Amino acid sequence: MSINYSERIPNNVNLAGDRTLQRALEHWQPRFLDWWQEMGPSDFAGHDVYLRTAVGVDVEGWASYGAVKMPDYRWGIFLADAIPDRRIGFGDMMGEPVWQQVPGEFRSQFRRLIVTQGDTEPASVEQQRLLGLTCPSLYDLRNLFQVNVEEGRHLWAMVYLLHAYFGRDGREEAEELLARHSGDEDKPRILGTFNEPIEDWLSFFCFTYFTDRDGKYQLKSLAESSFDPLARTCRFMLTEEAHHMFVGETGLSRVVRRTLELMKELGTDDPAAIRRAGGIDFPLLQRYLNFWFTSSLDLFGSEVSSNAATTFANGIKGRPDEALYEDHLCTESTLELAVPDDKGGVGTETVPMRNAMNEVARESYVKDCEMGLKRWNMIIKRAGHDLQLSLPSTRFGRNIGTWAGIPTDLQGNRMSAEDHAHKRPQWLPNEEDRAFVKSLMVRVTEPGKMAGWLAPPDRGINNMPVSYEYVRV
Amino acid sequence: MSAVRDTAGQSPNYLTYDRHPDSYVHWHMTIEGEVATLSLDVNEDKGMKPGYKLKLNSYDLGVDMELHDALQRVRFEHPQVKVVVLTSGKERMFCSGANIYMLGQSSHAWKVNFCKFTNETRNGIEDSSRHEGLRFLAAVNGACAGGGYEMALACDKILMVDDRSSTVSLPEVPLLGVLPGTGGLTRIIDKRRVRRDLADFFCTTSEGVRGDRARQWGLVDHTARPQQFSEALASHVARLRDSSTRRPANAGITLAPLARVIDDTGIHYRHVDVAIDRKARTAIITVSAPTAAGPTDRAGIHAAGADWWPLAMARELDDAILLLRLNELEVGTWILKTRGNPALLQAIDDTLLALKEDWLVAETLGLLRRTLARLDVSSRSLYALIDEGSCFAGTLAELALCADRSYMLQLPDTPDQAPTLMLGEVNFGTYPMVNHQTRLATRFCGRPEPVTAAQAVKGQALAAEQAMELGLVTFAPDDLDWADEVRLAIEERASLSPDALTGMEASLRFGGQESMETRIFGRLSAWQNWIFIRPNAVGEQGALKVFGTGSKAQFNWERV
Repeated sequence: MSINYSERIPNNVNLAGDRTLQRALEHWQPRFLDWWQEMGPSDFAGHDVYLRTAVGVDVEGWASYGAVKMPDYRWGIFLADAIPDRRIGFGDMMGEPVWQQVPGEFRSQFRRLIVTQGDTEPASVEQQRLLGLTCPSLYDLRNLFQVNVEEGRHLWAMVYLLHAYFGRDGREEAEELLARHSGDEDKPRILGTFNEPIEDWLSFFCFTYFTDRDGKYQLKSLAESSFDPLARTCRFMLTEEAHHMFVGETGLSRVVRRTLELMKELGTDDPAAIRRAGGIDFPLLQRYLNFWFTSSLDLFGSEVSSNAATTFANGIKGRPDEALYEDHLCTESTLELAVPDDKGGVGTETVPMRNAMNEVARESYVKDCEMGLKRWNMIIKRAGHDLQLSLPSTRFGRNIGTWAGIPTDLQGNRMSAEDHAHKRPQWLPNEEDRAFVKSLMVRVTEPGKMAGWLAPPDRGINNMPVSYEYVRV
Repeated sequence: MSAVRDTAGQSPNYLTYDRHPDSYVHWHMTIEGEVATLSLDVNEDKGMKPGYKLKLNSYDLGVDMELHDALQRVRFEHPQVKVVVLTSGKERMFCSGANIYMLGQSSHAWKVNFCKFTNETRNGIEDSSRHEGLRFLAAVNGACAGGGYEMALACDKILMVDDRSSTVSLPEVPLLGVLPGTGGLTRIIDKRRVRRDLADFFCTTSEGVRGDRARQWGLVDHTARPQQFSEALASHVARLRDSSTRRPANAGITLAPLARVIDDTGIHYRHVDVAIDRKARTAIITVSAPTAAGPTDRAGIHAAGADWWPLAMARELDDAILLLRLNELEVGTWILKTRGNPALLQAIDDTLLALKEDWLVAETLGLLRRTLARLDVSSRSLYALIDEGSCFAGTLAELALCADRSYMLQLPDTPDQAPTLMLGEVNFGTYPMVNHQTRLATRFCGRPEPVTAAQAVKGQALAAEQAMELGLVTFAPDDLDWADEVRLAIEERASLSPDALTGMEASLRFGGQESMETRIFGRLSAWQNWIFIRPNAVGEQGALKVFGTGSKAQFNWERV
């Protein structure tokens, strides 16, 4: 199959002049399209969608809008502009020039990181493939697809690195990225969280708010990498990732606004009354926040990690916003960790800072997550209510790390397993919650109209009105 | 070694193996008809490094370099010699072995390299006897201890003086807390078949065993009273001469000094080039095939002498291996490349086999065999790169088979230009490894089918795909992947622990059948090298350190 590279695949990596890359993509691109048809958004292949396409990395280029059928979307390959004379910013080789090639010594570590990151991108498309059938509005449907095609592009970005820098191994890994499928018992996605289907839009908003934010922090860490092509790829991906979190944050704030409207109309905050009126009550919303926050925390890995120490020491993966720290070597410093003690309480353990890098990234992530909460609580407060949404303790409900499997309450206080099992339905989405949310998922496709559980957005996409027909159905 | 080079392009810092009988300081070589006598008379003030005296006919690397040179001269310059007598030029002292003070002050790497080389030289003695029929007699005319006895053990026969006081001994364990590591432990049981309980006693008795008991136990073959010693010597020489199967020879050839330049970029010979990258810790060893067809008859080969390509190349490669081992410790990855026309090389191999009964051809094959074996036991990672313009055919294909891994370039768009690999008859028995197996048999772990399959394609220029299918190469990247694949593989290798790699490579290279040599390199040397880093040997109060001071070694008594 021959491809007109600059036309079909927008890029700034000189694809037209790079035979190695061309040959790799000639093989991979048709498979990617097959994968998209089979595992991508269901039922909408033939519809025009108002999508943003990156055709360059400058202000003009990175967001070019127009109606596109998704299979015709031009997935491109972009690196953020090179920083002249960039130096390694942390770890044992700090100050040396960054690497334009993968050093053989770190080949397998880089490959594993890139494959793990790359695997999450198509996984989330797969997780979300049925959501289009229950879209709450054309505006939201378009946002879903925007997220999907960009996750697809992020897959391309990682595949580019594998193809361009990892030779035959890289090509094999790129194939595997299409062969593994979310939720497939025989060939599941690498990270557990990405094997759970996202069946409703409240989960989708939570996913884009919490899980994509984890993605943001992983990308920020990799954007610090001494392997310059990886750093530049991730820097550009971060501009797109911002939109995904925008979808999450505005989505959840529209849920909050709609619920407040219903509370005002009904004159009550009784969850049952709100549910009868077709709204999402705050206790239910809080349980969804608890669940998604907690499961996203696990994605950062163990609090104490030799892998994290190695990747930091070798300049492979830095801390998000590494430049904000004063000490970039971290050979002497330590971090105090809250750990379960043997008396059923909470003790502390001092660990070398390098081993605690996962926790450092997680702490930054938690602070970032709190920003949205503050905004939503402000909306609630302005509407005259005392109620506050909150994030549970990072010790709560964990499946990975020091606190994995340790029963605690939302504040992170330890408790008995029986007690915990009893309280659990109050803290995490229960069967009834899920059934109710599912019942709200009714497809709304009239331009400008919103499902009853969701307020309209403040504005449309790219200065278009909210009532624009973002997807021609 | 420091990287400072002088401007003449020759490195003052490289220690070389260049020796010549005219300037030996420790050995005398006399040739009388069919007998060469190598007489050890160590000049105690001419140690290779300052800080020790070579007393009691003890040796260091410099002494052994002369022995190595002398043996090469006997092989090539004195082809009429059928028996080599190793003896001592000193009164009542044959050889007391490796100098202990030298060992005590040497770095671990130096000791290990020293032992490797001395082992190879002694194996070479046996190799020449086994293949070329050159016989060796140890004329032990005085006390013979440790490495001295190990040198005697390498000979076909040992004649010992029985003066009621001289002994043979392996006193390393009781006296020095180390092993008789130059083949001693292995040869007394494997070669001389001394019963293990007697060997156990012998190896823990520092004063050793006198003549009669030594003969009784099989530690020596013959004894003779001092008065009868020369007579006995003559008679045993005569017997060995009769058993020699060395090919008839007229005149020898001259081993002229190697034309060689050592500079900052590496070591450069006529047919072998070594490009050293000290930062990457790699050396690219490129062997070039001849550019024109060489002589194909005896007269032509003898006229060419040391300039004949197979001999010249083997000498250069052998020297390059030795120099790298001794002088470039951190250069841990050797990349093997070849250049030239496979057809010319095939013609040379045909000549080598057709004329293998000629003494010079036989000796050349012997040197090639030992040189390749030296590569096999080198503690460096070996990667063969079969790239454009390469010439891995027949004899040179052995280099690819020596390698721990090989990468062969594919050129799908221009298959005519793609490199090929060509096996020949020489790959099926001419160059046995130290395990006495071919590299192909070893490669396939003794399974006959792949060797038979390889035999079926003898003389065919194999493209990468076929070579992969036959299991002759490891990876076959195409031109688009080549540069990256190869760079990553080499960088990755160079980043791994040098100790772990040495151990891993030595374990994987010699699968299957063992030989006395593999047991020396794989068991005896490995134990010795472990003991060499233990405090019981080299700690402040270790046996090697306190030797000669009067203090007793302080051991950590834990058995490990």
